[in-house]
Amino acid sequence: MAEFFTENWLGIILLTLGQCLLIVVPLLVALAFLLYADRKIWAAVQLRRGPNVVGPFGLFQSFADFLKYIVKEVVIPAGADKAVFLIAPLISFVVAIIAWAVIPFNNTWVLADVNVAILYVLAISSLGVYGIIMGGWASNSKYPFLGSLRSAAQMISYEVSLGLIIIGVIISTGSMNFGDIVRAQDGAWGLFNWYWIPHFPMVFLFTISALAETNRPPFDLPEAESELVAGYQVEYSSTPFLLFMIAEYMAMVLMCTLTAILFFGGWLSPVPFLPDGVLWLVLKILLFFFIYSMVKAITPRYRYDQLMRLGWKVFLPFSLFWVVLVAFLAKYEVLGGLWARWTWGA
Amino acid sequence: MSTQFDYGRAAKYWLLADFFKGFGVGMKYFFKPKTTLNYPHERSPLSPRFRGEHALRRYPNGEERCIACKLCEAVCPANCIVIDAEPREDGSRRTTRYDIDMTKCIYCGLCQEACPVDAIVETPNLEFSTETREELFYDKQKLLDNGARWEGVMARNLELDAPYR
Repeated sequence: MAEFFTENWLGIILLTLGQCLLIVVPLLVALAFLLYADRKIWAAVQLRRGPNVVGPFGLFQSFADFLKYIVKEVVIPAGADKAVFLIAPLISFVVAIIAWAVIPFNNTWVLADVNVAILYVLAISSLGVYGIIMGGWASNSKYPFLGSLRSAAQMISYEVSLGLIIIGVIISTGSMNFGDIVRAQDGAWGLFNWYWIPHFPMVFLFTISALAETNRPPFDLPEAESELVAGYQVEYSSTPFLLFMIAEYMAMVLMCTLTAILFFGGWLSPVPFLPDGVLWLVLKILLFFFIYSMVKAITPRYRYDQLMRLGWKVFLPFSLFWVVLVAFLAKYEVLGGLWARWTWGA
Repeated sequence: MSTQFDYGRAAKYWLLADFFKGFGVGMKYFFKPKTTLNYPHERSPLSPRFRGEHALRRYPNGEERCIACKLCEAVCPANCIVIDAEPREDGSRRTTRYDIDMTKCIYCGLCQEACPVDAIVETPNLEFSTETREELFYDKQKLLDNGARWEGVMARNLELDAPYR
């Protein structure tokens, strides 16, 4: 029986399909509750109660919304490019999902153990902008178009510093494989072995860049309700809108996961005497998601020129400087190779 | 020296001081009791002067209060009240028609102020939404029914508010 899944081509396809479902289905269900959590946290900071009617404490609100979205009519504007208009949310959605293929949830728990995992994730998250641009363009309406243009410029700007920040981590690890990055953070001191200490300022830079990359407040200029109505989503309704929304939150959870893996030791336990496991990764993701939600609740929106200034004149030089610094620190094994983990044996 | 570098400001910027302060304030509010009322189950208190749905009152002996003086019709700024009147068999002047177009009404309460016999009164009822527009064209029967339903509340509210009128 085991040979069927490892030798036969049909078995391999079935096995991979099963593994995909095993990742995507829990992820989508978790997303429903994360959406609810996001609204609840936002409401709590504003002294509101948030959704509290559907199910106990409103826990099933997202499922009610889901049903509402899929049974509503898909409105396609008369002037829209119909094919592109409908493909755009699909691209956003698919791209947001497939990035999860290389994410390790536990030691050896990874769908595709490729050695250029980081490059893959960067490439995929750059593709996400296509969905938004196509959506904005195909709507044939001015606010969506403005929103998608903003989104394109913003995502490209912040991807540069995001990539540079990750290069620092790659230098420290000597590998682009997420599993190797997490294993390099393993050690006798638990959470003090993780990369957040040697790469301390980059944790904040990464979080802020990730917010900009996922179009979250304070960088939600592509949506900017008060000026662009809802940006590229204006003409969307029903299921296409739902796909856009899932994609947006999926990208956000992915960024939380990346933060956890790159700087906070992925599935590793923060204290040495507790066992490692997927639970730690989930807890870390939830913590970062909470921070993202709080940021949404407490920050005002950036002006467009401020956004560009921050991206190109602050983040880019600073992360570039950090890459050079880390390269030196790793090459000369400063502080016993704190930035050069491959020298630590094993 | 206006050209001097402001170290304090730069430090605040790079240490994300404003952000962390904001985060602290956010967390403070996060745990505060919420101000939302669960509306259909919880309600905010209403003043005795609250102006809601209209009603026509009767005297305790069952006689209609309205004497068809048409002061309310005259004072209504939205022109939503229409009154027709003629003498009844016993010779007293009564309305044969008393219509209020609730879609026009602005709930200013001037009809209530103008009425010399406290016949037309605005009840504290604010939940009278309907599914069709036609249902909001109230006639005399509807208004008298409202009066029967809200008499107790209206009488108490008028009594509470009387010292200030």
